Amino acid sequence: MAAPAAASVALGSEQAPFGVVLLELAARRPDVVVLSADLSKYTDILPFAEAHPDRFFQMGMAEQNLMGTAGGLAKAGLLPIAVTYGVFATRRAFEQVAMALATGPTRVIIVAFLPGLTTPFRATHQATEDLALMRTIPGMTVVDPADSTELKSAFLAAVEADGPVYLRGLRGTVSTLFDPAAGIEVGRARVIRGGSEVGIITSGIAAEWVLEAQRAPALDELDAAHLHVPMLKPFDGEAVLRFCERLERVVTVENHSIVGGLGSAVAEVLAESGSSTRLTRLGVPDVWAPAGSLQFVRKRLALDEDGLAAAIANAPRAQR
Amino acid sequence: VSTTIPTDEELAAVAHRIRGTVVEMCVMRGQGYVGQGLALADLMACLYFDELVRDAADHRFVLSTGHSAIALFAALGEQGVYEREELLTYGTDGSRIEESPLEGIPGFEITAGALGQGVSQAVGLALGERLRGSGRRIYCVASDGELQEGQVWEALMSAAHHRLDNLVVIVDNNRMQADGDVAEVLEVEPVPEKLESFGLAAMRVAGDDIAGIRSAFARARATPGRPTGVVLDTVPGKGVPSFEAYSKVHYIRADNGVWQQALSELEDGAQQGGEP
Repeated sequence: MAAPAAASVALGSEQAPFGVVLLELAARRPDVVVLSADLSKYTDILPFAEAHPDRFFQMGMAEQNLMGTAGGLAKAGLLPIAVTYGVFATRRAFEQVAMALATGPTRVIIVAFLPGLTTPFRATHQATEDLALMRTIPGMTVVDPADSTELKSAFLAAVEADGPVYLRGLRGTVSTLFDPAAGIEVGRARVIRGGSEVGIITSGIAAEWVLEAQRAPALDELDAAHLHVPMLKPFDGEAVLRFCERLERVVTVENHSIVGGLGSAVAEVLAESGSSTRLTRLGVPDVWAPAGSLQFVRKRLALDEDGLAAAIANAPRAQR
Repeated sequence: VSTTIPTDEELAAVAHRIRGTVVEMCVMRGQGYVGQGLALADLMACLYFDELVRDAADHRFVLSTGHSAIALFAALGEQGVYEREELLTYGTDGSRIEESPLEGIPGFEITAGALGQGVSQAVGLALGERLRGSGRRIYCVASDGELQEGQVWEALMSAAHHRLDNLVVIVDNNRMQADGDVAEVLEVEPVPEKLESFGLAAMRVAGDDIAGIRSAFARARATPGRPTGVVLDTVPGKGVPSFEAYSKVHYIRADNGVWQQALSELEDGAQQGGEP
């Protein structure tokens, strides 16, 4: 397969990238306002609150009202950023996001932290179906960034959107996988690595899981291609089909339920195109995941380096 | 912007015309939310011919009770925003005069049919207009049945916390909801006391008391640091005695004779000086 040159992967990290990009945007956009639902300390927005107290609205532990209020602020001509955890933004306030933000549509950016398994708690905090829920809403933009570069690029791009944007947030020390100077377009899928024996498609921080897994013995020898898709909606289905064209088997890897997220989006475009490429979906299986550190939970779900490498290497081929 | 402040009698005449439009809007299909439309006619006259147009600030109205759209459509018809011919297509296939419309058509600032959401958006508008220093005030109509939704209380709590004195929440206290009387479905009274305890300046006014409604709005304008809650005790079907007496008035489906009778009762009431 004549794959494009691999995107540069510069492993490093950045501290609180969302807080940084938020301050940067707020400095040049006086219409930016931030709403918090009692999680300011845990979503990297305190520097904004301190720098712009008049533009920071504490809404308390009330996510339905958080979304509705954000809608009203947008209708008053402001650019609201509604910040909370993914579970609460989507499960608790689904109707408010759909009706108050998406029917207009209204330009509000939801930044939703603790994506997928990135929390020590179980189902109460693991946002493992947030992307599925958001993907069903007409006109919604849904982004699952892999690292600090994609998070910042996606946030700045969201400002230009016409309607609501659901952006998964990454907090604290965030990996930098991609070169910030490379001018990443989050709406486009990118080939990270060419290969012919198996294709791997990732979104979100699963990209880093796969980069690690490629060093594991089971995958090291294999000529595996890697496509990364930061945006779940609108979905770059054309790039996915191009990537899958010459591959007998592809594996999706996501920090999300295998129901309704990246795996489903890839399945939809493959099935509708009549492709014979065989798909395997890896991610959180259709169960409530266990509690614990990300390393522990990944291992339990076979999403750790060795588990992923084995599952990808052994992924079933197309049956002729 | 109105050049002169209307008298209570002039507003009563506007309310009477709104009631006529509300009934006429139901004739084509023989059905509609006529009870709500008739109940809110006096409020709509006060809002659209006085309170919202008192000055050049372009104050904003948010209808949270989506099913009461008929009242807003009829008021906007009086303002010339919608033509009468179009209003008469209320609820018919393909018409934008929907029984519970989405936002985006003239006068409808929010998508309101999923009840309980409007006060939050009014809070956002009030926060935003205050931040921008526009001087615009926000008037939001919710209903007593809607108060059963928890989100409304989140919104009221935040309105008081953020001291939104540019916000007036009007509760259409019509005492009925889809399954019957509010007292039997899930009681929400005492509403003024609940609003007060949530930090609003609350008052109770009769739904057809035009002078009382205007005075409540005047008090709201003169109340610094707190949002105002106006509990409007309305009578579904107000102005049409046979509708007022009909208990299942949440939604009326009837043959043409009933609607013609309603129009005639409206006229009788006006001639007898029954308005307001």
